[in-house]
Amino acid sequence: MQARKKDSLLVASVKDSLGAAVITFALACVMVGLRVDVASGRGAELFLEHRWLAVAVAVLVVFAGRLAMNIFFWKREDPPSLNLSGLLPKGGMGGGSSNVLKYGLVVLAVALPFALMFWLGARGSRQYIDLAILVMTYVMLGWGLNIVVGLAGLLDLGYVAFYAVGAYSYALLAHYFGFSFWLCLPLAGILAAFWGVILGFPVLRLRGDYLAIVTLAFGEIIRVVLLNWYQFTGGPDGLSGIPRPSFFGLEFTRGEDGFASFFGLDYSSIHRIIFLYYLIFAMALFTNFVTMRLRRMPIGRAWEALREDEIACRALGINTTNTKLTAFALGAMFAGFAGSFFATRQGFISPESFTFLESAIILAIVVLGGLGSQIGVVIAAIVMIGGFEFFREFEEYRMLVFGMIMVVIMVWKPRGLISSRTPSVALSRNAKGISADLVQEGHG
Amino acid sequence: MSTWDNNPVLKVEHLTMRFGGLTAINDLSFNIGRGDITALIGPNGAGKTTVFNCITGFYKPTEGRLVMNRSNGEKHLLERMADFKITADAKVARTFQNIRLFGGMTILENLMVAQHNPLMVASNWTIGGLLGLGGYKKSNVDAIETAKYWLERIDLIDRADAPAADLSYGDQRRLEIARAMCTGPELLCLDEPAAGLNPKESLELNNLLQYIRKEHDTSVVLIEHDMSVVMEISDHVVVLDYGVKISDGSPEFVKNDPHVIAAYLGVEDDEVDQVEEEVGIA
Repeated sequence: MQARKKDSLLVASVKDSLGAAVITFALACVMVGLRVDVASGRGAELFLEHRWLAVAVAVLVVFAGRLAMNIFFWKREDPPSLNLSGLLPKGGMGGGSSNVLKYGLVVLAVALPFALMFWLGARGSRQYIDLAILVMTYVMLGWGLNIVVGLAGLLDLGYVAFYAVGAYSYALLAHYFGFSFWLCLPLAGILAAFWGVILGFPVLRLRGDYLAIVTLAFGEIIRVVLLNWYQFTGGPDGLSGIPRPSFFGLEFTRGEDGFASFFGLDYSSIHRIIFLYYLIFAMALFTNFVTMRLRRMPIGRAWEALREDEIACRALGINTTNTKLTAFALGAMFAGFAGSFFATRQGFISPESFTFLESAIILAIVVLGGLGSQIGVVIAAIVMIGGFEFFREFEEYRMLVFGMIMVVIMVWKPRGLISSRTPSVALSRNAKGISADLVQEGHG
Repeated sequence: MSTWDNNPVLKVEHLTMRFGGLTAINDLSFNIGRGDITALIGPNGAGKTTVFNCITGFYKPTEGRLVMNRSNGEKHLLERMADFKITADAKVARTFQNIRLFGGMTILENLMVAQHNPLMVASNWTIGGLLGLGGYKKSNVDAIETAKYWLERIDLIDRADAPAADLSYGDQRRLEIARAMCTGPELLCLDEPAAGLNPKESLELNNLLQYIRKEHDTSVVLIEHDMSVVMEISDHVVVLDYGVKISDGSPEFVKNDPHVIAAYLGVEDDEVDQVEEEVGIA
């Protein structure tokens, strides 16, 4: 037996590419080359159109593409490994190596409005600051949901319900009792947490898919009630004229006692936008701070243990019902805070803002960022919400491209962008993150 | 009257567990002596794990009573308690036949989760700890010390920050025992602790159990198939077959009990009548 002689790299590549080109030609002849159309001028007569140029282009593209892939990747004995993961920060929640990124993002966020004002002026920067506020809102919501989904491993598809509870709490309290934003902010959080507990009691015995369905239904119930209780909530008309927040009692108005005249500035509507930006920034940081602290406390460890193995938790004397309820209530509370911020920022709310799509987006941010990863949520929120708004000009292709990006990310990094877990307590100073392959996702 | 009947840590009285038409345990009574290592043995399907699940609250017994006598004089009726309360209040801890560690958490974290209840109290149910009040910081340090103590016992102190899922099988078994010990139990229930261990690991396990019995106020009850482990370390053996107790006594006594030999080894065809007569089932 004589061993078959191996072709050289180039010859083998060209052979393979020619084969592919022939197949493409055969397919493209029929599928691309011939086109039947209805002639518009001569009645409804059918006629055949030949498009040989398009066939040639298709064949050439396949040939060239396949040749390039063959030469550089497939037929090589030492294919260059493309390690994109190396470009991403490794740490999970507050990991050591992601510290630079973390503080970089904070500094960027602090400086952003002034940098924009400097470059674009008050008029030009307004839309970008608005967009940044939107992104921040989603970061906060993502961090809130991260407690429920990422840490405790409870799949919540109705998270937007608590956002709605927060928004309507503020709007209704302001509407009926004339309460101010600063009074309503904690109230909205408490009310949302209360609803979280109300929902949690009956449903937290359910697991996995069942829990997801019930939370989904709860989200819809809240929205439908808001939509139909016309006398109280205004139904589909929504609530308008929601009071704006004040800066320690100073309104953002043109008058004598407004914010601008107090500080001796010329009145500009951008002041309020910047104030709202820093407000949501502070609220988001607060969410992060509380979550990170809780993660190092027994309750946070119990959440993560619950995600890993609920039966083992019970065998260790952990009251799993209470543990789940606290996660649910706390996640709901942060959604409530975000909701009341949303109401005061918009000045108008209606049930339309709280559809299932919102829940899906928030969940997508958490999953895309990497379950349980705080910095991942930030990156995912910037990419998703920022991308959403930036590519508005692509119109109908926007969603298409978006879907594709999500599919690609999930195939490339199935555990999200930042997929390692930082231990909550360590003996040595340089404890490594835990690879996501070992971390459970939770079963509800 | 044997030693385990004088001051039992756990009294199992007329325990019966039925699943629909199947009676997994039928009118089972035995005592677990304080400070003893008690082995629960029997052929496959004899109902050993069911007994464990009843003791630790994962099943509610159909009939019977389980009385836990704590060393401080408290009495707990385990059949009436929720599973997590049994560990938290009655101080009964358990391990599982198929190891249930928190694989994505580090070894140290596994041991910290086991100390959840005292830490929750120390942190004023999170609120004090969140605000930095009270003695949470100190309790946290103490909890880490406890964890370190057990890590030294099971020789995993060098790997404290590694994920539990990375450990070898034998190490995982020992870690699960250490984790159960971190709950401060007075009765430790081990479901087949030696399954899948090599002779060296098996020996280490024996030493660990002897150590626990000697140095801590903890009684041990274990399910085991490995007779060498059972005969070597246990003070008291209870044998189950088809949910019924067929023998109960010291390892020596049980080893020579014809009931046990019949249940485990079977008998020659021509001896069946004779043995059945002895056993009393003819």
